[in-house]
Amino acid sequence: MSDTLLEVRDLSVRFVTDDGATQAVDRFSFSLAPGEVLGIVGESGCGKSVTMMSLLRLLPETAAVTGEAVFQGNDLLSAPPAALRRVRGREISFVFQEPMTSLNPAFTVGRQIAEVLQKHLGLSRAEARRRAIELLDLVRIPAPERRLDEYPHQLSGGMRQRVMIAIALACDPKILIADEPTTALDVTIQAGILDLMRDIRNRLGTAIVLITHNLGVVADIADRVVVMYAGRKAEEAPVHELFAHPQHPYTIGLLGAIPRRGADRLQEIPGLVPALAAPLPHCAFAPRCPRADDLSRTQVPELREIRPAHLVACFHPGT
Amino acid sequence: MSYVDVSAADIAPADALSPRARRRRLLRRRIARRPFAVAGFFVALAFALAAILAPWIAPYSASTQDYNAILAHASRDHWFGTDELGRDILSRIIWGARASIVAGVLATMLAMAIALPIGLVAGYYRGWIDSVISRVTDVLLAFPFLILAVGLAVILGPSLMNATIALGLGAAPGLIRVTRGETLALREEDYVRAAVANGAGDATILFRHIVPNMTSTLLVQITVTIPAAIIGEAVLSFLGLGVQPPTPSWGVMLADAQSYLSLAPRLAVYPGVAIFLCALAYNLLGDGLRDVLDPRTTR
Repeated sequence: MSDTLLEVRDLSVRFVTDDGATQAVDRFSFSLAPGEVLGIVGESGCGKSVTMMSLLRLLPETAAVTGEAVFQGNDLLSAPPAALRRVRGREISFVFQEPMTSLNPAFTVGRQIAEVLQKHLGLSRAEARRRAIELLDLVRIPAPERRLDEYPHQLSGGMRQRVMIAIALACDPKILIADEPTTALDVTIQAGILDLMRDIRNRLGTAIVLITHNLGVVADIADRVVVMYAGRKAEEAPVHELFAHPQHPYTIGLLGAIPRRGADRLQEIPGLVPALAAPLPHCAFAPRCPRADDLSRTQVPELREIRPAHLVACFHPGT
Repeated sequence: MSYVDVSAADIAPADALSPRARRRRLLRRRIARRPFAVAGFFVALAFALAAILAPWIAPYSASTQDYNAILAHASRDHWFGTDELGRDILSRIIWGARASIVAGVLATMLAMAIALPIGLVAGYYRGWIDSVISRVTDVLLAFPFLILAVGLAVILGPSLMNATIALGLGAAPGLIRVTRGETLALREEDYVRAAVANGAGDATILFRHIVPNMTSTLLVQITVTIPAAIIGEAVLSFLGLGVQPPTPSWGVMLADAQSYLSLAPRLAVYPGVAIFLCALAYNLLGDGLRDVLDPRTTR
């Protein structure tokens, strides 16, 4: 496995609070190759964001994280805080869902981009400013010299998300983790942002982890897809394989919920993702699954490779 | 017809202006819509100038006695009249502004210097240190500001500097609570989370992301604390715990006026009006600043 940038093994995240415990992620593993675009898909509350945030230890102290996440030979989950801060924003950077509130309202966008450059790359103010203009240009913001001196409230949502991406790309990271980067934006802007991310991968070779609940977005940009359900991996496959031959009933359910020409009604999956106090002793999807039987109600299905590079955790896979 | 009147001249130059210039113009407009705040600013400025320029603008020194005019009424020589020792009241009001402004500004600065770091630590790190700080400030907040200041002034001994320290210490608990609360709220902001994800350390978070975003709150707190400290200084001086006679202070003048209240009530009226106007001016200024700086007020 020399061609692996990030290798996550048996990641579990548990929140322990006064109100009880919540198992957010349960023995989740995945790997990421350089320049790859990995889509992580699932409903709200299935542990996508928590998984990614736990990698850079961005979760509150109430989260107990176990497992390992090896990046360039070091385990991020046990790295000392100072080493971790050098990885954050420098090697692995984040773009969050809320572009409206993710920029500091007290400073111009130029200073906020420059701040990361000065901190991580030790650039002078003038150099940082020049580079900030290049970055704004890279994320296709018109008249970057002018925008640099504007405050976040003067920019639109799409513009701000582009600035967030510019900040994330400032130090030329190896991995860009984008957590629902387009959800808060309207559809035309979404397409532009996705287009931009694809372009960035092609030009800079940045690996991208795209967290989304929108399979349409994944189909558009991802190379490989991981479907998550209730903190576990339900299915993993290259994007074309997944869309052509979905195996897990949950994936099939998600695909049924994409609007399509000709379909009169969207199919929904009944019920909600369960909030778990402890890992379930059976298939987590069983209560909502049309194929559930005694086996899936009593045992946890392990991941199996049923086609090349196509993993499914289901006792009754099939399209 | 209730169209908003927007002439071409209002729009055209806006695009030609740089972002910075546009912001400045918006700020100017917001200020111009608040005449009371503007009045407050100028009155506060006048008092501050009077304090600084006292040696040049006061007609007499604060202790010059005119034996031909004891408890005199207003005249051309003495615009506000004279007190029981023949001292010019206008001059003493002007000189007295020094004690008030010094106490008001220095006590507020002291209170800020104490409260900002403590409030930041409590709100940012939380945990046991926050519990300790919060419980102590709760206990101190149980005492009214002036009672606390009087108690501290008694312990420190009477002088203007000690009164100022007492007022600063007395005002700190309230400010600690405000900065702690703001810090608690701001540390949960998305941009703080984003900064952490970009590798920012505690110092960067505190001084680049949290402090700058509470400047408007702090500014308002400052303009509320200054008049409170000005009144506090007058109270302490009135009680003999602040400025000592013969140095003039509005509080001292009020105390001296007591014995002559029936004979010459103006001895109490002039310093009383000065205290009132000065405190009111800073309060109006503070209200105006809050409105202007609060992004939620759009006009």
